[in-house]
Amino acid sequence: MKAKVHMTRGGKIITFLLILFCLIWTIPTAGILITSFRDSDATASSGWWTAFSSLKDFTLGNYDEVLGGQRFTVGTAGGGTATRRGASMGSAFLSSITVTLPAVIIPIFIAAAAAYAFAWMSFPGRRILFAMVIALLVVPLQISLIPILRDYQKIGLNGTYLGIWLAHTGFGLPLATYILFNYISTIPRSILESAFIDGANHFTMFARLIIPLSIPALASFAIFQFIWVWNDLLVALVFLSGSGQMMEVVTVRLMNMAGTRGSDWHLLTAGAFVSMILPLVVFLSLQKFFVKGLLAGSVKG
Amino acid sequence: MQLQEDQERKELVVRTLVFTPLTIFVMIGGFLLLRNNPMSQVMTTLFAIVWGTASVLSMFYSMNLIVQLFPTKKYNKIIPFVFVGPAILIIGWYLLIPTVRSLVLSFMNRNSTSFVGFENYKYIVTDATMRTAFGNTVLWLLFGTAFAVFFGLLTALLAERSAIEKLGKTLVFLPMAISMVGAGVIWKFMYAYKPVGANQTGLLNAIMVGLGGKPQNWLGSAPMNNFFLILIFVWLQTGFSLVVLSAALKGVSDEIKEAARIDGAKEFTILMRIILPSIYGSIITVSTTIMLAALKSFDIVYSMTNGLYGTEVLASQQYKQMFKFLDYGRGSAIAIVILLAVSPVIYYNLKEFNKREVF
Repeated sequence: MKAKVHMTRGGKIITFLLILFCLIWTIPTAGILITSFRDSDATASSGWWTAFSSLKDFTLGNYDEVLGGQRFTVGTAGGGTATRRGASMGSAFLSSITVTLPAVIIPIFIAAAAAYAFAWMSFPGRRILFAMVIALLVVPLQISLIPILRDYQKIGLNGTYLGIWLAHTGFGLPLATYILFNYISTIPRSILESAFIDGANHFTMFARLIIPLSIPALASFAIFQFIWVWNDLLVALVFLSGSGQMMEVVTVRLMNMAGTRGSDWHLLTAGAFVSMILPLVVFLSLQKFFVKGLLAGSVKG
Repeated sequence: MQLQEDQERKELVVRTLVFTPLTIFVMIGGFLLLRNNPMSQVMTTLFAIVWGTASVLSMFYSMNLIVQLFPTKKYNKIIPFVFVGPAILIIGWYLLIPTVRSLVLSFMNRNSTSFVGFENYKYIVTDATMRTAFGNTVLWLLFGTAFAVFFGLLTALLAERSAIEKLGKTLVFLPMAISMVGAGVIWKFMYAYKPVGANQTGLLNAIMVGLGGKPQNWLGSAPMNNFFLILIFVWLQTGFSLVVLSAALKGVSDEIKEAARIDGAKEFTILMRIILPSIYGSIITVSTTIMLAALKSFDIVYSMTNGLYGTEVLASQQYKQMFKFLDYGRGSAIAIVILLAVSPVIYYNLKEFNKREVF
C-alpha cells in the first residue's frame, strides 16, 4: 500500500513546493498569452503583470493583424492609397498543416511493415538490418542535409511539399520502426499462428491483424511525429526556403517576425501563440499516447 | 482439388495484372503531380494524405501478389524483403548514404571541386569562432543536461508525494509541446531590456529593478548570456526528464522502502540508498537523450541571438557554414564532428541490442 503522505504537514509543504515550481514554469507562457491580447501602447509602456489594472487595454486586434497579415498603406498608380496585407501567420498555419499531416501519415505504414517483418519473419540479414536501424536512431540529421539537398536539386524536389514530406519520413523512420517493433513483437504468437492456419498470407495478416492490433503504438508515434514536425525549424529552413512566403511554416514565419519585428511585442506574442496552439491542443488531449511514445524510445536524430 | 487450385491461380494472375500497373500509375502519377504543386494548400494536404496512404498500402498489396505467383517456399523466402524493403531503402537514402557522402565532402573544398585533406578539420579546431562554439557546446552539454535532469528528478519526487500529481506533471511537461522558436520568443520577452529609468516590460528586469538593482541586458554579454540561453533549453527539457523518471519511480518497490522506514532510515537515506540506485538506468537514459538534444539543437541560438555576442554553438555554426557561407566542406566537417560526438551512444545502443533475446 502506498502511504497517503500528502495529508500530513510534510505532504502539504511538498504540495506547496510543487505549486511554486509549476508557477515558475508556467509564468513565461502566461506572460505571452496575456500580452498577445493587449494593445501595442500598453505592451510597450507597462509590464504584462499590470494588465489587469486597466481592462480597457485588452484587444483582439493583434490576432487580426497576425492571422490576416499586417496592414500596409501603399500608393497606387492613380495617386491614391490602397491597403495591402503582408505575410500572415494564417497562411503559415495552413502551410504547417500541409507539411505536417502527410509527414506523419506516410511513414506509419512503411515502418509498420518493416517492424512486422523484423518481429515475425526470419530472413538472412535481419539482424544486421535491424542493427542499422538502431544505429541510425541517434545519427544527427544535420549530416543528411547537404547530400539530400543535392539530390533534390537534381530531381526537382527542392522547395516542394513532397520533398519535405519524404525528408521527414526518412528522418522519422528509424524511430517509427523501433517503437512499432517493440510493440508488434509482443503480440502473442498464438494469434498469428491461428491466422496462418486459416490460410492468411502475409499481406492480409498485416492489414487485418497487425495494423488494428498496433493502434496504440501507431498513435504514440503519430503524436510524437506530429509535434516534432510541427515544431521543426531546421528541415523546413533547408528544404522549403527560397520557395516563397506562401510555403513558409509557422516556425520559420515566427523566426522571421522575431528578426524583423523584434520590438513589436504585441504582434510577436500573438504570433508565438498561434504557432503553439495546435501542438498544445494535440498534446493536452492526447498526452497519454505522447508519454507512451516518449517512454518507448524518444531518441531521435 | 486440382481444378480449384488452377482456378485460384488464374484469379491471382488476373489480380496481379490489374493491380500492379494501377499501383505504379497511382504512385508515379501522384509523385509527378505533387512535385509540380498545382493545387491549393488544403487540396494538397488532402490529396497527399489519400495518395500517401493508398500508394503505400497498394504497393505492399501488389508486391505481395507478385510474390504469391511463386511457389510457397519461394514466397516465404522473398516476402520479408518486400516488407522491410521500402523502409530500408528510404533510411538508406536519407541517413545511411548521406553519412558516407558527408564524410567525403568534409575532405573537399567549399564547393566540393577538389580534395583538401584535413584542411576543414584544421579550420574547425583553430578558428576563433569555432573555438567559442566548442566551448559553448560543452556548456550546453554539461549544464543543460545537469539542470534538466535535476529539475526533472526533483519534480518527479515532489509530484509522487503531493496532492496535485497529475496537474503538476502536466504543467511542467507542457513546454515539451512548444517549439524551440516559440520558446525563444517567450523567453526573449522574459529577458526584455530597457535602459535605466524606463518602465521595464521584461519580467526579470522588472524584478531586478524592484529589488533595487540595475536592469541587465541578459543576452548581450558573454559568457553569462550562454546560461540564459541554456535556461530556455532546460525549461523545455525538464518535462521530458520528469515523465521518464516519474515512470521509473513508480517501479521502485514499496516494500523495500517501507522496510527501510521500519528500520528507522531517514527519508534522505532512503532516497540516496534505495530510490536513486534503482532508477539509475533511467537517469542514464534521460541524460543521454537530453545530451543528444543539446548537441543538435540550433533553433534556440539561431532565433535568439543568431550566434552573436559569443553564443555560437556547433549546430548553429554548422547551419551557417552550409547555408549562409555556402561552404559545404566546413559544414560537412562540423556535421561529422557532431556525429563523432554521438558515436558512443550509437555503440551503447548496439551493445544493448546485442543483449536482447528477441534476436
